[in-house]
Amino acid sequence: MSGTVITLFLIIVALTLVITYYAAKKTKTADEFYTAGGGLNGWQNGFAIAGDYLSAASFLGIAGMIALNGFDGFFYSIGFLIAYLVVLFIVAEPLRNLGKYTLADMINSRFDAKKVRAVAALSTITIVIFYMIAQLVGAGALIQLLFGLDYWAAVLIVGVMMTIYVLFGGMTATSWVQIVKAVLLMIGTLVISFLVLYKFNFNIVNMFHEMKTITPLGSDYLNPGVKYKMPLDTLSLMLALVLGTAGLPHILMRFFTVKNAKIARSSVVTATWVIGIFYVLTIFLGFGAAAFVGFDKIKEANAAGNMAAPLLAGALGGDFLMSFVSAVAFATILAVVAGLVLSGASAFAHDIYGQIIKKGNVTEKQQMKAARYASVGVAILSILLALIAQKMNVAFLVSLAFCVAASANLPVIIFTIYWKKFNTAGAVTGMLCGLLSSLILVIISPNVFSPVEGAAIFIGKPLIDLTNPAIISVPLGFIGAYIGTVASKKQDVKRFAEVSVKANTGYRENDI
Amino acid sequence: MEKGKQTQQKGRKHIDYESIASSSKFKELISTKKKFIISGSIFFLVFYFALPILTSYTTILNKKAFGEISWAWVFAFLQFIMTWVLCTMYVRKAATFDRLADEVISENINKGEVGA
Repeated sequence: MSGTVITLFLIIVALTLVITYYAAKKTKTADEFYTAGGGLNGWQNGFAIAGDYLSAASFLGIAGMIALNGFDGFFYSIGFLIAYLVVLFIVAEPLRNLGKYTLADMINSRFDAKKVRAVAALSTITIVIFYMIAQLVGAGALIQLLFGLDYWAAVLIVGVMMTIYVLFGGMTATSWVQIVKAVLLMIGTLVISFLVLYKFNFNIVNMFHEMKTITPLGSDYLNPGVKYKMPLDTLSLMLALVLGTAGLPHILMRFFTVKNAKIARSSVVTATWVIGIFYVLTIFLGFGAAAFVGFDKIKEANAAGNMAAPLLAGALGGDFLMSFVSAVAFATILAVVAGLVLSGASAFAHDIYGQIIKKGNVTEKQQMKAARYASVGVAILSILLALIAQKMNVAFLVSLAFCVAASANLPVIIFTIYWKKFNTAGAVTGMLCGLLSSLILVIISPNVFSPVEGAAIFIGKPLIDLTNPAIISVPLGFIGAYIGTVASKKQDVKRFAEVSVKANTGYRENDI
Repeated sequence: MEKGKQTQQKGRKHIDYESIASSSKFKELISTKKKFIISGSIFFLVFYFALPILTSYTTILNKKAFGEISWAWVFAFLQFIMTWVLCTMYVRKAATFDRLADEVISENINKGEVGA
C-alpha cells in the first residue's frame, strides 16, 4: 500500500483522537459522559445525528448495493431518510421532554417497574450489537483492503480502537467526532459525485443512458426487481427501514444532548437536510462504482460490494482521494461504534447496574466504572459476531438492527406517549414480543440458513423466505403491547395525565 | 378549575396534572397536534409505501419519463422532496404548538406565582 494512503489515513484518525483527548479532559460527571451535559445547539446536534446515522451502512453499504443492484439499492436511501419524518413527527420532542439519559428513563417516566427497565435495556443492547456487527464488518473489509491485513486482524484492531475511544471520551468526545466526521464525509461524497458527473459531462439523462449498457445486468439495472424479487420481502425491508430509526437507541440518545424540545426539533431538521443530500448522492456513488470500477473488481474486493465507494474514489481521484475517503469511512465507523457502545454501556450501567442491581444507590464514580466495563463487554461480543458475518452487505446487516428497533422499541415508545390505557404489563410483553419474534425470525431466515454452502452461516433449509422479518415482527410488537395491556387491566390515569402534560408542553418540575 | 392547580408542600410545588390535562387549553394543544401529526403521518406513509408496492406488483413505473430515466426514479426522487417539504411544514406548524404549550404552562402551573 502506498505511503500517501497510509500517511493521510493516519493523520485523519489521529485528528479524531486529538478531539477525543481534549473532550475527555472536560468529561467529569455522568451527565457529561452520557449526554455531553445537554449543551449542544441545534446545528451541532443535527450534524452529530447525521454523523451517527451516516454509518458504514450508508457510505459503504448503500454505495455497494446500488453499484451491484441498481434501483433496488436505492430503496435503502429512501427508507433511511423518510424514517426521519417518523422521528420528527412522533418521537423526538416527547422523548426529549420525558427522558434523561436512556430510552428506559423515558418509558420509566410512566412506569416504575424494574421489569420495564430491564427489558428496555435488553432490547437496547441487542440493537446495539446488531448495529455494531455491521460497522465492524465494514471496518474490517476497509482495513483489509487498505493494509492487506487478514480480516480477523482488521476487525480486532478496529474493535480495540473504538473501545479505547469510548472509554476515554464519552459523549462529548463522540459528539464532536460525529460533527467533524459528518462534514468530512459530506465533502468526500460531494467530491466523488462531482467527479462522476464530470465523467458523464454533467448530463444526468446521459448518465442513465450509459448505465443501461455498462453493467452485466443490461437495462434491468435501471429497473426495480434485480435484488428484491419477492414483493413481501421488499415491503418488509421498507417497513423496517422507515420505522426503525425512531427506535434506535443511539439516535434517540442524541435528543438528550440538547437543552429542550425546540432544539431537538431543529436538530432533526438539520439532520434531515444533511442526510437527504447525502442519500441523493448515493446514486452517483453507486452508478460511478458500477461504471468506473466495474462489477468484477467490486466483488473481488468484497463479495457484498462493501468496498465500492473507496474503490471508486481510487479510480477517479487516485491514491490521494482513496486514502481520504477510506480514512473518512474509518473515522465514520469509529465514531458510530463509539456512539453505539456508549448507548449499550449506558443501558447496562445506568439501567441494569445503577437502577436494578444497586436500586439507585450508586455513586457517579461506580456508575462510570460500570459503563466502562460494559463498553468492553459489548465490544468483545460484537467483535466475535463480526468475525462470522464477513460476507454480508453492511446496509443489509443494519436493516436487521432497524427491524429489532421497529419491533421492540417503537410500539412501546408510541403507546407510552399516546395511549392512555397502556400499562407496565403491556410495555413488557410488547417489547419481549417484538424482540424475540424478530430475533427468532432472523435465526430461521435465509440469512442464517442456506442450502448453498458458504451463502449463509449454516447449511440447511430456511424456515421462512423473508430476509427481513419486520412485516411480521412489527405487528407482533404492537399486538403484544396491546394484549399485555388489556389482559392486566391495571391503569394509572393520573400518571398518564402527568406524562401527557410533560411530553406535550416540555414542563419539568425542577425547572422552577 | 377553581380547586387550585397547586398547593405548597414542604416548599415543593404539587401539581395537579389531571386538571391541567383536562383544561381547555391543553385539549386545544393536543387536538391541533393530533390533526397535523396524524394526517401528515398517513400521507407520508402512503406516499412511501406506494413506491415499493407499485414496483413490486406492477411494472407501470418502468416506463420512461426523461430519456432512460424511468418513473420509478422520478417517484424515488419525489420521496426526498416530500420529506423536505413535510419537514419544513412541521417546523412552521410547531411554532403554534410551542405557543399553546407556553400558554398551558403559564395559565395552569405558573398561575399564582405573582405575589405568592
